[in-house]
Amino acid sequence: MQGTIFNIQRYSIHDGPGIRTAVFFKGCPLSCWWCHNPEGLDTKPQPMIWPQRCMFCGDCVQACPRQAVIVNEDGPTINLRRCRACGRCAEVCPTQAIEMVGRRLTVAELMLEVEKDRVFYDQSGGGVTFTGGEPLAQPQFLQACLRAAKEAGLHTVVDTSGYAAAHHLTELMNDVDLFLYDLKHMDASEHRRLTGVDNALILDNLRMVVDAGRAVRARFPLIPDFNDGDNIHHLGAFLRNIGIRYVHVLPYHGMAVDKYARLGKEARQPDSQAPPEERIQQAITVLQSYGLEVVRGG
Amino acid sequence: MNQRVSKLRTQSLETQPTITLERAELVTQAYEKYEGRVSTPMLRALAFQHIMEQKTICINDGELIVGERGGAPKETPTYPELCCHSLEDLEVIHARDTINFDVSDTARDIQSETMIPFWQERSIRSQLFPQMTREWLDCYAAGIFTEFMEQRAPGHTVGDKKIFTVGFLEFKERIAQRLAEIPEDEDPVHSAQREQLQAMAICADAIITFGQRHAEKAEAMAAAEQDPQRRQELAAIATVCRRVPGHAPRNFWEALQAYWFVHLGVITELNTWDAFNPGRLDQHLEPFYSRGLAEGSLTRDSAKELLQCFWVKFNNQPAPPKVGVTLKESGTYTDFANINVGGLKVDGSDGVNDVSYLLLEVIDEMALTQPSSNVQLSKRNPEAFLRKAADVIRKGRGQPSLFNADAVVAELLRQGKTIEDARCGGNSGCVETGAFGKEAYILTGYFNLVKVLEITLHNGLDPQTGKQLGPQTGAAVEFASFEQLLEAFQAQLHHFIGIKMEGNDRIERLYAEQMPSPFLSIIVDDCIAKAKDYNAGGARYNTSYIQGVGIGTITDSLSSLRRHVFEEKTFTMAQLLQALDDDFTGHDKTQQWVMNRTPKYGNDDDAADQLMVTVFNMFLNAVDGRPNQKGGTYRINMLPTTCHVYFGSVIGATPDGRRAGRPLSEGISPVQGADRHGPTAVINSAAKMDHIKTGGTLLNQKFTPKLAEGEVGLTNMAALVRAYFRLDGHHIQFNVVSAAELRRAQERPDEFRDLIVRVAGYSDYFSHLSRALQDEIIERTEHQSMS
Repeated sequence: MQGTIFNIQRYSIHDGPGIRTAVFFKGCPLSCWWCHNPEGLDTKPQPMIWPQRCMFCGDCVQACPRQAVIVNEDGPTINLRRCRACGRCAEVCPTQAIEMVGRRLTVAELMLEVEKDRVFYDQSGGGVTFTGGEPLAQPQFLQACLRAAKEAGLHTVVDTSGYAAAHHLTELMNDVDLFLYDLKHMDASEHRRLTGVDNALILDNLRMVVDAGRAVRARFPLIPDFNDGDNIHHLGAFLRNIGIRYVHVLPYHGMAVDKYARLGKEARQPDSQAPPEERIQQAITVLQSYGLEVVRGG
Repeated sequence: MNQRVSKLRTQSLETQPTITLERAELVTQAYEKYEGRVSTPMLRALAFQHIMEQKTICINDGELIVGERGGAPKETPTYPELCCHSLEDLEVIHARDTINFDVSDTARDIQSETMIPFWQERSIRSQLFPQMTREWLDCYAAGIFTEFMEQRAPGHTVGDKKIFTVGFLEFKERIAQRLAEIPEDEDPVHSAQREQLQAMAICADAIITFGQRHAEKAEAMAAAEQDPQRRQELAAIATVCRRVPGHAPRNFWEALQAYWFVHLGVITELNTWDAFNPGRLDQHLEPFYSRGLAEGSLTRDSAKELLQCFWVKFNNQPAPPKVGVTLKESGTYTDFANINVGGLKVDGSDGVNDVSYLLLEVIDEMALTQPSSNVQLSKRNPEAFLRKAADVIRKGRGQPSLFNADAVVAELLRQGKTIEDARCGGNSGCVETGAFGKEAYILTGYFNLVKVLEITLHNGLDPQTGKQLGPQTGAAVEFASFEQLLEAFQAQLHHFIGIKMEGNDRIERLYAEQMPSPFLSIIVDDCIAKAKDYNAGGARYNTSYIQGVGIGTITDSLSSLRRHVFEEKTFTMAQLLQALDDDFTGHDKTQQWVMNRTPKYGNDDDAADQLMVTVFNMFLNAVDGRPNQKGGTYRINMLPTTCHVYFGSVIGATPDGRRAGRPLSEGISPVQGADRHGPTAVINSAAKMDHIKTGGTLLNQKFTPKLAEGEVGLTNMAALVRAYFRLDGHHIQFNVVSAAELRRAQERPDEFRDLIVRVAGYSDYFSHLSRALQDEIIERTEHQSMS
């Protein structure tokens, strides 16, 4: 069985306990405007451009079978309507100014990479984290990966938006040692506005996972003026009610903006700034008032 | 840090190093008086005695530990018997941008009127080169290897417990007992032994006199002192100096002072490499510390103050001025005295004690480049100890460095040391493993692995000098397979290692015959028992090291050749060689292709890493186990100090895409920027080398400040270290600083004068580094800041 992965990041220390390898699944059903991994949104491999690396040799233009690539003084540009993501341009590029994001891997191939850092997991109480994109958007592959990881004796974390068919979650959750579960907004219509999808399924799934006795930590991306204010009170009350103890507050940062350009996408970034320190502290204080253990970052 | 320490520290930091010719004049007087009338060991001993009896005694305001090598802090002597500087040398030393020393007009006059006429023709440096073969000289000039002993003496050794438990009166008794056993006959062996032992006895007296002279000075100063508190301190200093080093120390203060006198003795007798160091300082001091606390004569704070005063003394002694290639390979004021903390006790149990933690606090608060410091980390040591060390390290000053104490023991055992001697060993200099107090482990020179590849690719010819330096092992374009290339490389490697060793043998004999070091011999076992000098094989163990440089660059270069020429045939050998000869000018695409499309060392990719192992094993097999002149053995280690910059400057473009003249990779670290998968991948790659078969490897791990932040950063940094050591890694050090910060420091050096960075096995002020080395360190740090 194969899955599509866009990154394998070693020495990942903020995605679960200890030293971990984070496996980024490609494809996500949500479309949060602040997403800092836009290369994880589309399910298929796609070209990514690093214009400052370009040496203007034009080999990519020659290699493209569909005349989708042009090179001008700003480096290569790809007409995404023509591009079929065959990857020929990236293959011939001497400077890696065009890279293909996303590759198909078997479970065994993936595990070979993951196993390389076993000594570090053993030493630190770490393991493997499946994230994305949305790992549950490739449910069979995720399930097979989790099974293989558990058979190899590794600690497993799944970092999810929770937007997935309930039966997929049920089928694999016993192989998950810890869920990192994103809660972006508690209000259904706001959630739809911000992410493109409703949150009912997400909240139902969360209750189910918690009821099944699985370990869960909530993650809350703090986007100033979009999901702070009352929403934080709702979030705190909800987490307390369903019995989740830990919540990670992840303050928004605008550092992914140029990634959108590299993918030929318009960054849908409104004029939002990283939240000032007092607003982060305020959010933490509110969540703490609901008896939650709040971790900043991670 | 209290006011006293703060004042001494500031004074040390702000004092510009200067040259003093006092020692040179005293040595010259002694040679004029005794040479030809006494044996060489006696001549050296009498010269040492003359210095210790006559040199200026210095007690600085406020200090508690006393004694300077020069007449004042940072006054640095010269050693004309080793290297007689020309007036041009002195001007270079005075005027150069970095690592400069003020040279007064008086000093220049003395140099030209006395030193040059007396020493110019007979210093070791001027004798050494004429004794070398033509081919050795050609290789040296081409930068295939360096030679450590051309202007500094072998040293590379470390003190052990006996300095803290035995006084020199007792050493004298031991010497006398041994002397009594030697027959008073005409046998030349016996007479040489007698001369050696008598020389040691003179040196023992000399160091005792040196202590007494400090006591006298302190007493005189006390008598004239107005401030009652300082008067009391001076009286206490006098008491300490009346006691040590003649007698064994009785308390913490005396212990530190006793060591300091020995340290000054070693670095005054000769200009020894790596200065000297007290070895496992925490273990040596612990009995004095706990007794002092129990008796109430010492508090934790007063112990710390004494240690901090002690620290300043190291910083007051810059490495004596270097010139020529030796400056290039070791371009720093740092003299590599390297304090060991932690590790194992002689019985194999956990060696960490309260003093270990105290030392870590001292290292942290003092934030000095001298002394260097390291943590010996055993699996037996507690996690709290490692965490405390990691907490200091992440501040970014590159101290302490981290050594795998269990691997160090294994290295020493493999070399034939007893388990007890191995457990009492540790590391000195940059990363060198030794049996403390019992071993002469001499670094003989750096060896340029990448240069040998360049010569291999040119059929034995050095394209830079145009000389045929190696055998003709075949034109590269004729190699039918990658294996043939490797065979040719191996043949060249053996050829050049042979030349290096043959030269070493001559140089070792030169030192054994002309530069015995009877003082150092007193404190290194078994020089007294063997009645033999340290420089002639008197130590229990005698190891000669050759240090391999550029393993990352050569691995990536070979990987490139294999991948692009032999496997994928993207270019022919001729095309690639042409690109190298043209320094990639007009071959941009080729350069980019080899840079970006080559499996590189440092990514946990066997396609590259197994080539690293192949080259490592070739180097090991060429050197390891071969006999030296002193009854000991040749070994390898893998460290560069600053030599990777020099070695890079003598090599043209390389097949990994590196342009001509650029620095090589340092230590066993990957090529700057070639590692793209983070620290665990680097560690896994580095661990594929068999560290236990070396006497030290050096891995620098860049780390952005963000990665080390908070509890998570600290805990995982500690886990990273433990994991590397589980894989038998020898040493790791972290450069916790961002490239952006370094670039700012380069633009505005005045604002960053106190910025200390890890170079390679030592830390230095960023502003003291050459521009090339600054750039190299930025490049090492660079790509990490992007993620």
